[in-house]
Amino acid sequence: MEPQTKAMPETASQTAGPYVHIGLAPTAAGFGIYDTEIGKDIAGPMAGGERIRVEGVVRDGNGEPVRDVLIEVWQPNADGKFAHTDKVEQGFRGWGRVISDFDTGEWGFATIRPGAVGQGAPHLCLWVVARGINIGLHTRVYFDDLVEANATDPVLNMIDPPAHRQTLIARRTEQGSQPVYRFDIRLQGDSETVFFDI
Amino acid sequence: MTAKAPPHPPLYPRDWSRQPPALTPGYRTTRARSPRRRLIRLPDTPGALTGPLFSPEDIGVDDWDLLTNFAAPGQSAIGPRMIVHGRVLDENARPVPGTLIECWQANAGGRYRHKADTYLAAIDPNFGGCGRTLTDQDGRYQFRTVRPGPYPWPNGPNTWRPAHIHFSVFGHSFAQRLITQCYFEGDPFIPLCAIVGAIPDPGAAEALTALLDLDATIPHDTVAYRFDIILRGRRATCFENRPEGT
Ligand SMILES: [Fe+3]
Repeated sequence: MEPQTKAMPETASQTAGPYVHIGLAPTAAGFGIYDTEIGKDIAGPMAGGERIRVEGVVRDGNGEPVRDVLIEVWQPNADGKFAHTDKVEQGFRGWGRVISDFDTGEWGFATIRPGAVGQGAPHLCLWVVARGINIGLHTRVYFDDLVEANATDPVLNMIDPPAHRQTLIARRTEQGSQPVYRFDIRLQGDSETVFFDI
Repeated sequence: MTAKAPPHPPLYPRDWSRQPPALTPGYRTTRARSPRRRLIRLPDTPGALTGPLFSPEDIGVDDWDLLTNFAAPGQSAIGPRMIVHGRVLDENARPVPGTLIECWQANAGGRYRHKADTYLAAIDPNFGGCGRTLTDQDGRYQFRTVRPGPYPWPNGPNTWRPAHIHFSVFGHSFAQRLITQCYFEGDPFIPLCAIVGAIPDPGAAEALTALLDLDATIPHDTVAYRFDIILRGRRATCFENRPEGT
Protein backbone atom coordinates (compact mmCIF):
# COMPACT_ATOMS: atom_id res chain seq x y z
CA MET A 1 0.00 0.00 0.00
CA GLU A 2 1.39 3.37 -1.00
CA PRO A 3 1.27 6.20 1.49
CA GLN A 4 -1.80 8.41 1.14
CA THR A 5 0.08 11.68 1.32
CA LYS A 6 0.16 14.31 -1.37
CA ALA A 7 3.41 15.49 -2.89
CA MET A 8 1.99 18.91 -3.75
CA PRO A 9 -1.24 20.86 -3.18
CA GLU A 10 -3.88 21.66 -5.77
CA THR A 11 -3.61 25.05 -7.47
CA ALA A 12 -6.05 27.61 -6.04
CA SER A 13 -9.10 28.52 -8.09
CA GLN A 14 -9.79 32.09 -9.20
CA THR A 15 -12.98 33.54 -10.63
CA ALA A 16 -13.54 33.14 -14.37
CA GLY A 17 -14.30 36.88 -14.39
CA PRO A 18 -16.56 38.88 -16.71
CA TYR A 19 -14.59 38.07 -19.86
CA VAL A 20 -14.64 34.26 -19.62
CA HIS A 21 -16.32 34.21 -23.04
CA ILE A 22 -13.12 35.32 -24.75
CA GLY A 23 -11.34 32.23 -23.59
CA LEU A 24 -14.06 29.61 -23.59
CA ALA A 25 -16.72 30.88 -26.02
CA PRO A 26 -15.04 33.50 -28.24
CA THR A 27 -17.78 33.57 -30.85
CA ALA A 28 -20.14 34.83 -28.16
CA ALA A 29 -17.58 37.43 -27.14
CA GLY A 30 -18.00 38.86 -30.59
CA PHE A 31 -15.16 37.40 -32.65
CA GLY A 32 -14.46 34.19 -34.46
CA ILE A 33 -10.89 33.15 -33.93
CA TYR A 34 -10.81 29.35 -33.97
CA ASP A 35 -11.78 27.08 -36.83
CA THR A 36 -13.75 24.99 -34.37
CA GLU A 37 -15.30 26.09 -31.11
CA ILE A 38 -15.52 23.15 -28.74
CA GLY A 39 -18.48 22.31 -26.56
CA LYS A 40 -21.24 23.30 -28.99
CA ASP A 41 -22.69 19.81 -29.53
CA ILE A 42 -23.04 17.59 -26.49
CA ALA A 43 -24.59 14.45 -27.95
CA GLY A 44 -23.75 14.56 -31.66
CA PRO A 45 -26.04 13.40 -34.48
CA MET A 46 -25.56 9.63 -34.00
CA ALA A 47 -26.47 9.35 -30.34
CA GLY A 48 -29.39 7.12 -29.42
CA GLY A 49 -31.98 8.12 -26.87
CA GLU A 50 -34.54 10.85 -26.48
CA ARG A 51 -33.63 14.34 -27.66
CA ILE A 52 -34.29 16.92 -24.96
CA ARG A 53 -33.61 20.56 -24.23
CA VAL A 54 -32.67 22.08 -20.88
CA GLU A 55 -33.15 25.79 -20.22
CA GLY A 56 -32.86 28.10 -17.29
CA VAL A 57 -31.48 31.20 -15.72
CA VAL A 58 -29.03 31.61 -12.86
CA ARG A 59 -30.15 34.13 -10.23
CA ASP A 60 -28.06 35.85 -7.60
CA GLY A 61 -29.04 36.63 -4.01
CA ASN A 62 -30.97 39.71 -5.13
CA GLY A 63 -32.98 37.70 -7.63
CA GLU A 64 -31.11 39.27 -10.54
CA PRO A 65 -30.20 37.07 -13.49
CA VAL A 66 -26.49 36.31 -13.77
CA ARG A 67 -25.91 37.51 -17.32
CA ASP A 68 -22.28 36.49 -17.63
CA VAL A 69 -22.48 32.88 -16.51
CA LEU A 70 -20.82 29.94 -18.26
CA ILE A 71 -22.07 26.41 -17.60
CA GLU A 72 -20.45 23.12 -18.55
CA VAL A 73 -22.40 19.88 -18.85
CA TRP A 74 -21.07 16.35 -18.35
CA GLN A 75 -23.30 13.33 -18.85
CA PRO A 76 -23.40 9.71 -20.00
CA ASN A 77 -25.20 8.51 -23.11
CA ALA A 78 -28.62 6.89 -23.05
CA ASP A 79 -27.01 3.60 -21.95
CA GLY A 80 -25.32 5.24 -18.97
CA LYS A 81 -21.85 5.17 -20.61
CA PHE A 82 -19.42 8.06 -20.40
CA ALA A 83 -17.33 9.14 -23.40
CA HIS A 84 -14.19 8.52 -21.39
CA THR A 85 -13.12 4.88 -21.38
CA ASP A 86 -16.51 3.44 -22.39
CA LYS A 87 -17.45 2.86 -26.00
CA VAL A 88 -20.15 5.30 -27.08
CA GLU A 89 -21.76 6.43 -30.33
CA GLN A 90 -19.46 8.20 -32.76
CA GLY A 91 -19.63 11.93 -32.11
CA PHE A 92 -21.12 11.53 -28.64
CA ARG A 93 -19.08 13.73 -26.35
CA GLY A 94 -21.28 14.00 -23.30
CA TRP A 95 -19.66 17.34 -22.63
CA GLY A 96 -20.54 20.83 -23.68
CA ARG A 97 -20.64 24.41 -22.56
CA VAL A 98 -23.20 27.14 -22.80
CA ILE A 99 -23.29 30.81 -21.88
CA SER A 100 -26.26 32.95 -20.94
CA ASP A 101 -27.78 35.64 -23.09
CA PHE A 102 -26.01 38.88 -22.15
CA ASP A 103 -29.33 40.75 -21.83
CA THR A 104 -31.67 38.24 -20.20
CA GLY A 105 -29.40 35.70 -18.51
CA GLU A 106 -31.32 32.85 -20.18
CA TRP A 107 -29.30 29.81 -21.28
CA GLY A 108 -30.24 26.53 -22.86
CA PHE A 109 -28.75 23.49 -24.55
CA ALA A 110 -29.89 20.50 -26.55
CA THR A 111 -28.76 16.99 -25.71
CA ILE A 112 -30.13 13.49 -25.20
CA ARG A 113 -31.69 12.22 -22.02
CA PRO A 114 -28.89 10.56 -20.02
CA GLY A 115 -29.17 6.93 -18.95
CA ALA A 116 -28.88 5.76 -15.38
CA VAL A 117 -25.42 4.94 -14.00
CA GLY A 118 -25.39 2.24 -11.34
CA GLN A 119 -28.07 2.82 -8.71
CA GLY A 120 -28.51 6.49 -9.47
CA ALA A 121 -31.38 8.21 -11.22
CA PRO A 122 -30.58 9.73 -14.63
CA HIS A 123 -29.08 13.19 -14.27
CA LEU A 124 -26.75 15.72 -15.83
CA CYS A 125 -23.67 17.08 -14.04
CA LEU A 126 -23.29 20.87 -14.29
CA TRP A 127 -20.36 23.12 -13.45
CA VAL A 128 -21.11 26.83 -13.09
CA VAL A 129 -18.57 29.65 -13.29
CA ALA A 130 -18.96 33.43 -13.49
CA ARG A 131 -17.62 36.71 -12.21
CA GLY A 132 -18.08 36.69 -8.44
CA ILE A 133 -17.86 32.90 -8.18
CA ASN A 134 -14.47 32.12 -6.65
CA ILE A 135 -14.52 28.41 -7.41
CA GLY A 136 -16.69 26.57 -9.94
CA LEU A 137 -19.96 25.20 -8.54
CA HIS A 138 -20.95 21.59 -9.16
CA THR A 139 -24.61 20.68 -9.24
CA ARG A 140 -26.93 18.10 -10.84
CA VAL A 141 -30.03 18.20 -13.02
CA TYR A 142 -32.62 15.47 -12.37
CA PHE A 143 -35.89 15.13 -14.30
CA ASP A 144 -39.30 15.56 -12.70
CA ASP A 145 -40.94 12.88 -14.85
CA LEU A 146 -38.69 10.15 -13.40
CA VAL A 147 -40.43 10.12 -10.04
CA GLU A 148 -39.61 6.57 -9.03
CA ALA A 149 -35.96 6.73 -10.01
CA ASN A 150 -35.52 10.03 -8.20
CA ALA A 151 -37.12 8.61 -5.06
CA THR A 152 -34.38 5.98 -4.76
CA ASP A 153 -31.42 8.07 -5.93
CA PRO A 154 -28.71 7.82 -3.26
CA VAL A 155 -27.43 11.36 -3.81
CA LEU A 156 -30.85 13.01 -3.71
CA ASN A 157 -31.58 11.02 -0.58
CA MET A 158 -28.44 12.38 1.11
CA ILE A 159 -29.81 15.90 0.91
CA ASP A 160 -31.32 17.13 4.13
CA PRO A 161 -33.80 18.74 4.58
CA PRO A 162 -35.63 16.90 1.80
CA ALA A 163 -37.18 20.15 0.55
CA HIS A 164 -33.76 21.16 -0.80
CA ARG A 165 -33.83 18.17 -3.19
CA GLN A 166 -36.42 20.04 -5.22
CA THR A 167 -33.76 22.54 -6.29
CA LEU A 168 -32.17 19.78 -8.41
CA ILE A 169 -35.34 18.68 -10.22
CA ALA A 170 -35.88 20.14 -13.68
CA ARG A 171 -39.54 20.71 -14.61
CA ARG A 172 -40.81 19.37 -17.89
CA THR A 173 -42.61 21.75 -20.21
CA GLU A 174 -43.85 20.85 -23.68
CA GLN A 175 -42.79 23.19 -26.43
CA GLY A 176 -43.74 21.60 -29.71
CA SER A 177 -42.79 17.95 -29.99
CA GLN A 178 -39.59 18.08 -27.96
CA PRO A 179 -39.47 17.83 -24.18
CA VAL A 180 -37.98 20.96 -22.65
CA TYR A 181 -36.88 21.00 -19.04
CA ARG A 182 -36.69 24.17 -17.00
CA PHE A 183 -33.81 24.30 -14.52
CA ASP A 184 -33.28 27.61 -12.75
CA ILE A 185 -30.27 27.91 -10.47
CA ARG A 186 -30.32 30.13 -7.39
CA LEU A 187 -26.97 31.06 -5.94
CA GLN A 188 -28.41 32.34 -2.64
CA GLY A 189 -31.59 32.63 -0.63
CA ASP A 190 -34.29 30.32 0.70
CA SER A 191 -34.37 28.33 -2.51
CA GLU A 192 -30.58 28.18 -2.93
CA THR A 193 -29.62 25.35 -5.28
CA VAL A 194 -27.77 22.41 -3.74
CA PHE A 195 -24.10 22.41 -4.72
CA PHE A 196 -21.70 19.54 -4.26
CA ASP A 197 -18.12 18.89 -3.24
CA ILE A 198 -17.37 16.11 -5.73
CA MET B 1 -2.54 -9.31 -6.94
CA THR B 2 -5.38 -10.71 -9.04
CA ALA B 3 -7.95 -8.00 -8.40
CA LYS B 4 -8.35 -5.55 -11.25
CA ALA B 5 -7.69 -1.87 -10.79
CA PRO B 6 -10.87 0.15 -10.42
CA PRO B 7 -11.60 1.84 -13.77
CA HIS B 8 -11.57 5.32 -12.31
CA PRO B 9 -9.45 5.49 -9.15
CA PRO B 10 -10.75 7.96 -6.61
CA LEU B 11 -9.24 11.41 -6.09
CA TYR B 12 -7.96 12.95 -2.91
CA PRO B 13 -10.70 15.04 -1.35
CA ARG B 14 -10.30 18.71 -2.21
CA ASP B 15 -8.24 20.63 0.36
CA TRP B 16 -10.61 23.55 0.96
CA SER B 17 -8.07 25.36 3.15
CA ARG B 18 -6.15 26.12 -0.05
CA GLN B 19 -9.19 27.37 -1.97
CA PRO B 20 -11.02 30.69 -1.78
CA PRO B 21 -14.32 30.44 0.10
CA ALA B 22 -17.45 31.38 -1.84
CA LEU B 23 -18.03 34.58 0.13
CA THR B 24 -15.09 36.99 0.23
CA PRO B 25 -16.70 40.39 0.92
CA GLY B 26 -13.58 42.30 -0.15
CA TYR B 27 -14.36 41.06 -3.67
CA ARG B 28 -17.75 42.71 -3.85
CA THR B 29 -19.44 40.61 -6.50
CA THR B 30 -19.15 37.52 -4.30
CA ARG B 31 -21.62 39.04 -1.83
CA ALA B 32 -24.66 38.27 -3.99
CA ARG B 33 -23.19 35.36 -5.94
CA SER B 34 -21.90 33.13 -3.14
CA PRO B 35 -23.87 30.10 -2.03
CA ARG B 36 -24.32 30.21 1.74
CA ARG B 37 -25.11 26.60 2.45
CA ARG B 38 -22.44 23.99 2.93
CA LEU B 39 -21.44 22.01 -0.11
CA ILE B 40 -22.60 18.41 0.12
CA ARG B 41 -19.64 16.07 -0.10
CA LEU B 42 -20.42 13.23 -2.49
CA PRO B 43 -18.95 9.76 -2.41
CA ASP B 44 -16.86 8.92 -5.48
CA THR B 45 -19.13 8.72 -8.53
CA PRO B 46 -18.37 7.85 -12.17
CA GLY B 47 -19.67 11.27 -13.20
CA ALA B 48 -17.01 12.98 -11.08
CA LEU B 49 -14.12 10.64 -11.85
CA THR B 50 -14.60 10.64 -15.60
CA GLY B 51 -14.43 13.74 -17.74
CA PRO B 52 -14.17 14.95 -21.30
CA LEU B 53 -11.00 14.02 -23.19
CA PHE B 54 -9.57 16.09 -26.01
CA SER B 55 -7.29 15.34 -28.93
CA PRO B 56 -5.21 17.39 -31.37
CA GLU B 57 -8.14 17.29 -33.85
CA ASP B 58 -10.18 19.41 -31.46
CA ILE B 59 -7.90 22.43 -31.79
CA GLY B 60 -5.80 24.20 -34.39
CA VAL B 61 -2.02 23.84 -34.56
CA ASP B 62 -1.49 27.60 -34.16
CA ASP B 63 -4.04 28.19 -31.42
CA TRP B 64 -1.29 28.31 -28.76
CA ASP B 65 0.37 31.39 -30.26
CA LEU B 66 -1.51 34.52 -29.21
CA LEU B 67 1.08 36.71 -30.93
CA THR B 68 -0.17 35.56 -34.31
CA ASN B 69 -3.40 33.56 -33.94
CA PHE B 70 -5.55 36.62 -34.56
CA ALA B 71 -3.04 38.77 -36.43
CA ALA B 72 -3.19 39.68 -40.09
CA PRO B 73 -0.65 37.77 -42.18
CA GLY B 74 2.85 39.04 -41.37
CA GLN B 75 1.57 41.08 -38.42
CA SER B 76 1.98 40.54 -34.70
CA ALA B 77 0.25 41.66 -31.53
CA ILE B 78 1.71 44.80 -29.91
CA GLY B 79 3.44 44.56 -26.56
CA PRO B 80 6.29 42.84 -24.72
CA ARG B 81 6.76 39.43 -26.30
CA MET B 82 6.38 36.72 -23.69
CA ILE B 83 6.36 32.94 -23.36
CA VAL B 84 4.32 31.44 -20.52
CA HIS B 85 5.08 27.81 -20.03
CA GLY B 86 5.06 25.12 -17.38
CA ARG B 87 3.70 21.74 -16.50
CA VAL B 88 0.36 20.38 -15.42
CA LEU B 89 0.95 17.92 -12.59
CA ASP B 90 -1.30 16.16 -10.15
CA GLU B 91 -1.02 16.20 -6.38
CA ASN B 92 1.24 13.14 -6.60
CA ALA B 93 3.64 15.25 -8.72
CA ARG B 94 2.89 13.11 -11.75
CA PRO B 95 2.46 14.75 -15.15
CA VAL B 96 -1.04 15.13 -16.57
CA PRO B 97 -0.54 14.51 -20.31
CA GLY B 98 -2.90 15.36 -23.13
CA THR B 99 -5.08 17.72 -21.16
CA LEU B 100 -6.65 20.82 -22.67
CA ILE B 101 -5.56 24.23 -21.41
CA GLU B 102 -7.38 27.34 -22.58
CA CYS B 103 -6.20 30.85 -21.72
CA TRP B 104 -7.50 34.39 -22.15
CA GLN B 105 -6.14 37.80 -21.30
CA ALA B 106 -6.23 41.54 -21.85
CA ASN B 107 -3.92 43.08 -24.44
CA ALA B 108 -0.74 44.96 -23.51
CA GLY B 109 -2.81 48.07 -22.73
CA GLY B 110 -5.13 46.21 -20.36
CA ARG B 111 -8.12 45.98 -22.74
CA TYR B 112 -10.04 42.79 -23.53
CA ARG B 113 -11.48 42.11 -26.95
CA HIS B 114 -14.96 41.79 -25.44
CA LYS B 115 -18.06 43.82 -26.04
CA ALA B 116 -18.48 44.36 -22.30
CA ASP B 117 -15.00 45.88 -21.87
CA THR B 118 -15.15 49.64 -22.34
CA TYR B 119 -11.77 50.59 -20.85
CA LEU B 120 -10.07 53.55 -22.58
CA ALA B 121 -7.02 51.57 -23.69
CA ALA B 122 -6.96 50.81 -27.39
CA ILE B 123 -8.00 47.53 -28.96
CA ASP B 124 -5.07 45.91 -30.75
CA PRO B 125 -6.37 44.85 -34.17
CA ASN B 126 -3.86 42.00 -34.24
CA PHE B 127 -4.62 40.54 -30.83
CA GLY B 128 -7.53 38.27 -30.01
CA GLY B 129 -6.49 37.44 -26.46
CA CYS B 130 -7.17 33.74 -26.26
CA GLY B 131 -5.29 30.53 -26.91
CA ARG B 132 -5.48 26.81 -26.28
CA THR B 133 -3.18 23.82 -26.30
CA LEU B 134 -2.81 20.23 -25.09
CA THR B 135 -0.13 19.20 -22.63
CA ASP B 136 2.53 16.82 -23.95
CA GLN B 137 3.52 13.45 -22.49
CA ASP B 138 5.40 15.18 -19.65
CA GLY B 139 2.47 17.49 -18.88
CA ARG B 140 4.25 20.45 -20.50
CA TYR B 141 2.49 23.34 -22.21
CA GLN B 142 3.54 26.63 -23.74
CA PHE B 143 1.80 29.80 -24.91
CA ARG B 144 3.42 32.69 -26.75
CA THR B 145 1.75 36.02 -26.21
CA VAL B 146 2.26 39.63 -25.15
CA ARG B 147 2.43 40.58 -21.53
CA PRO B 148 -1.07 41.72 -20.52
CA GLY B 149 -1.49 45.16 -18.99
CA PRO B 150 -3.09 45.83 -15.60
CA TYR B 151 -6.59 47.27 -15.85
CA PRO B 152 -9.04 49.12 -13.60
CA TRP B 153 -12.11 47.31 -12.29
CA PRO B 154 -15.12 48.56 -10.35
CA ASN B 155 -14.52 46.84 -7.02
CA GLY B 156 -13.69 50.09 -5.22
CA PRO B 157 -12.99 53.76 -5.95
CA ASN B 158 -9.51 53.01 -7.36
CA THR B 159 -8.96 49.31 -7.86
CA TRP B 160 -6.69 47.69 -10.46
CA ARG B 161 -6.19 44.10 -11.45
CA PRO B 162 -2.57 42.98 -11.55
CA ALA B 163 -1.42 41.80 -14.97
CA HIS B 164 -2.81 38.28 -15.33
CA ILE B 165 -3.72 35.49 -17.70
CA HIS B 166 -6.82 33.37 -17.06
CA PHE B 167 -6.25 29.61 -17.32
CA SER B 168 -8.85 26.85 -17.72
CA VAL B 169 -7.70 23.24 -17.26
CA PHE B 170 -9.58 19.95 -17.50
CA GLY B 171 -7.42 17.11 -16.23
CA HIS B 172 -9.02 13.73 -16.85
CA SER B 173 -11.91 13.96 -14.36
CA PHE B 174 -14.77 16.42 -14.13
CA ALA B 175 -13.81 16.76 -10.45
CA GLN B 176 -10.39 18.09 -11.50
CA ARG B 177 -11.90 20.94 -13.55
CA LEU B 178 -10.18 24.19 -12.65
CA ILE B 179 -10.13 27.83 -13.64
CA THR B 180 -7.45 30.05 -12.18
CA GLN B 181 -5.34 33.11 -12.95
CA CYS B 182 -1.60 33.48 -13.37
CA TYR B 183 0.16 36.62 -12.13
CA PHE B 184 3.71 37.82 -12.75
CA GLU B 185 6.57 38.14 -10.32
CA GLY B 186 7.18 41.64 -9.01
CA ASP B 187 3.79 43.16 -9.89
CA PRO B 188 2.93 45.72 -7.15
CA PHE B 189 -0.80 45.24 -7.76
CA ILE B 190 -0.78 41.60 -6.61
CA PRO B 191 -0.95 42.27 -2.85
CA LEU B 192 -3.60 44.98 -3.42
CA CYS B 193 -5.98 42.78 -5.40
CA ALA B 194 -9.18 41.51 -3.75
CA ILE B 195 -9.43 38.56 -6.14
CA VAL B 196 -5.95 37.33 -5.20
CA GLY B 197 -6.85 38.16 -1.61
CA ALA B 198 -9.88 35.85 -1.78
CA ILE B 199 -7.41 32.99 -1.25
CA PRO B 200 -6.87 32.80 2.51
CA ASP B 201 -3.67 30.75 2.44
CA PRO B 202 -0.68 32.96 1.57
CA GLY B 203 1.25 30.05 0.06
CA ALA B 204 -1.68 29.05 -2.14
CA ALA B 205 -1.98 32.63 -3.40
CA GLU B 206 1.75 32.92 -3.99
CA ALA B 207 1.72 29.76 -6.10
CA LEU B 208 -0.30 31.72 -8.70
CA THR B 209 2.67 33.99 -9.41
CA ALA B 210 4.67 33.00 -12.48
CA LEU B 211 8.41 33.43 -12.08
CA LEU B 212 10.81 34.86 -14.63
CA ASP B 213 12.49 31.90 -16.34
CA LEU B 214 15.70 33.25 -17.82
CA ASP B 215 16.72 29.83 -19.14
CA ALA B 216 13.59 29.61 -21.28
CA THR B 217 13.95 33.17 -22.54
CA ILE B 218 14.85 33.49 -26.21
CA PRO B 219 17.74 36.01 -26.36
CA HIS B 220 16.95 39.20 -28.30
CA ASP B 221 13.43 37.90 -28.85
CA THR B 222 11.05 36.84 -26.06
CA VAL B 223 11.07 36.75 -22.25
CA ALA B 224 9.73 33.66 -20.49
CA TYR B 225 7.74 33.03 -17.34
CA ARG B 226 7.05 29.69 -15.73
CA PHE B 227 3.65 28.72 -14.32
CA ASP B 228 2.94 25.17 -13.11
CA ILE B 229 -0.62 24.01 -12.46
CA ILE B 230 -1.44 21.28 -9.95
CA LEU B 231 -4.68 19.32 -10.30
CA ARG B 232 -6.24 17.00 -7.76
CA GLY B 233 -4.46 13.64 -7.67
CA ARG B 234 -5.68 10.10 -7.66
CA ARG B 235 -5.44 8.30 -4.35
CA ALA B 236 -3.00 5.44 -4.47
CA THR B 237 -4.54 2.02 -4.00
CA CYS B 238 -2.93 -1.37 -3.54
CA PHE B 239 -4.14 -2.23 -7.04
CA GLU B 240 -2.61 0.63 -8.86
CA ASN B 241 0.73 2.37 -8.70
CA ARG B 242 1.34 3.36 -12.29
CA PRO B 243 1.85 6.99 -13.17
CA GLU B 244 -1.12 9.06 -14.30
CA GLY B 245 -1.75 8.52 -17.99
CA THR B 246 0.10 5.24 -18.49
FE1 LIG C 1 -9.09 39.38 -16.27
